[in-house]
Amino acid sequence: MMYGFHWDTSTPWAFALSILPILGIGLVVTIEATILGFVISLILGLGLALLRRARTRWIAWPSAVVIEFIRDTPLLVQLYFLYYVLPKYGILLPAFLTGALALGIQYSAYMSEVYRAGLDAVPHGQIEAATALNLSPTRLYCDIIIPQAIPRIIPAMGNYLVSMIKDTPVLSVVTVLEMLGLARIIGDRTFRYLIPLTLVGAIFLVLTMAATAAIRRLERALPKTGIQMR
Amino acid sequence: MTQTTRTDQSPPIIRFSDVTKRFGSLTVLDHFDFEVAQGEKVALIGPSGSGKSTVLRILMTLEPVQSGQIELDGLAYYQPGGHGKFQASPRHLHDIRTRVGMVFQSFNLFPHMNVLRNLTEAPVTVLGLSKEEARTRALDLLEMVGLADKAAAFPAQLSGGQQQRVAIARALAMRPRVLLFDEPTSALDPERVGEVLGVIRDLAQEHDLTMLLVTHEMRFAQEVSDRVCFFDKGRIVEQGPPGELMISPREARTREFLGIDA
Repeated sequence: MMYGFHWDTSTPWAFALSILPILGIGLVVTIEATILGFVISLILGLGLALLRRARTRWIAWPSAVVIEFIRDTPLLVQLYFLYYVLPKYGILLPAFLTGALALGIQYSAYMSEVYRAGLDAVPHGQIEAATALNLSPTRLYCDIIIPQAIPRIIPAMGNYLVSMIKDTPVLSVVTVLEMLGLARIIGDRTFRYLIPLTLVGAIFLVLTMAATAAIRRLERALPKTGIQMR
Repeated sequence: MTQTTRTDQSPPIIRFSDVTKRFGSLTVLDHFDFEVAQGEKVALIGPSGSGKSTVLRILMTLEPVQSGQIELDGLAYYQPGGHGKFQASPRHLHDIRTRVGMVFQSFNLFPHMNVLRNLTEAPVTVLGLSKEEARTRALDLLEMVGLADKAAAFPAQLSGGQQQRVAIARALAMRPRVLLFDEPTSALDPERVGEVLGVIRDLAQEHDLTMLLVTHEMRFAQEVSDRVCFFDKGRIVEQGPPGELMISPREARTREFLGIDA
């Protein structure tokens, strides 16, 4: 029994059906962690990308080092670090928040590269035209560069969203009870692993396919008249 | 008659004194001196790489220079000890750019905005016009360039000639005192050149608007300008009224460029 749901091991189908509500609770955690992690990566990634593009070398260079460091160390190491090391320095975050933060930080480094490519792809003539029209740097970014960069970066962001969904099971190592963690516990208690793990795989498949479809819709919905896509 | 041309009547609106501009080891402008009177229409001609486009890009504050003084409407471009690559405060650059507009060879319209928004973006966000005022101004300008029916179109839906006419209207919407044209017809199909030249020809009738035109359309330069300057190797080799310079140039280099046998 978990979360008040009893499992029925009489037949494989009955077993699958009976543990589905338990996995459903894990699914909610998986989705929440993905959404929070993705939002963190979108915001932090944009910040890192803009810092890296800064004209001042003393800002751009350290930013590049930070991005490389985050990109080139394993997610699991970063997660353990946040979970086990930070409390030693008085920063004690709940397990779920730690997990989402680790996902967000790791992906912000990838995301900053996506932003950078998108921002760099806006033709220089656009910046010159905006300068000739006397637009302020804020208006230049908000009205000219970012709107033209977004349609170009949506597909790459979609890939990272799918990738992040598939990385959420990592959270189970810091006691977050997401789908895979729950499936493993069910397996441990019933000595039946095939059905819980198969179900988790299938649910992930549905989830990533739904995310891909949503991104496609978003790509189509965005106005991109005249913006050269590559 | 002491005052024969309007050049003599008013102080110059543009003044380059001893300006040197280099790209790496390449000297594009070499101790360059140049003056333009208010309302004057000046055509800059010459071979590629002779520095004529660079003059416009410097005036538009798209390029800094290595040495020399530049003034526009009494505003010095480079303030000794100023900060940034232009050695001028953002406020000062803003004041300069308020007075200058530019039309680019490749139009550079904002592709994600429709024609109307291309024309209202800067008047609203920079000049602080209300949306309604900016819209009225934009529609008047579109009427002037013959594209009143294209306000809702996106740049990609227009021909090159139409895009360039929108770009001219966009520059005019900021009411510049000086308008710079950087090879405005070079990127156009031959059959589209005429419509853009027509708009520029109309603009040349505006008495107060100062125009600098970099072009390879010799006939057109002769027709619309008060003065033609022939550039070679970062200097003005010869300048004068188009009737004189284009028909009977004195310098051998000018004759060679214009294909006039000595």
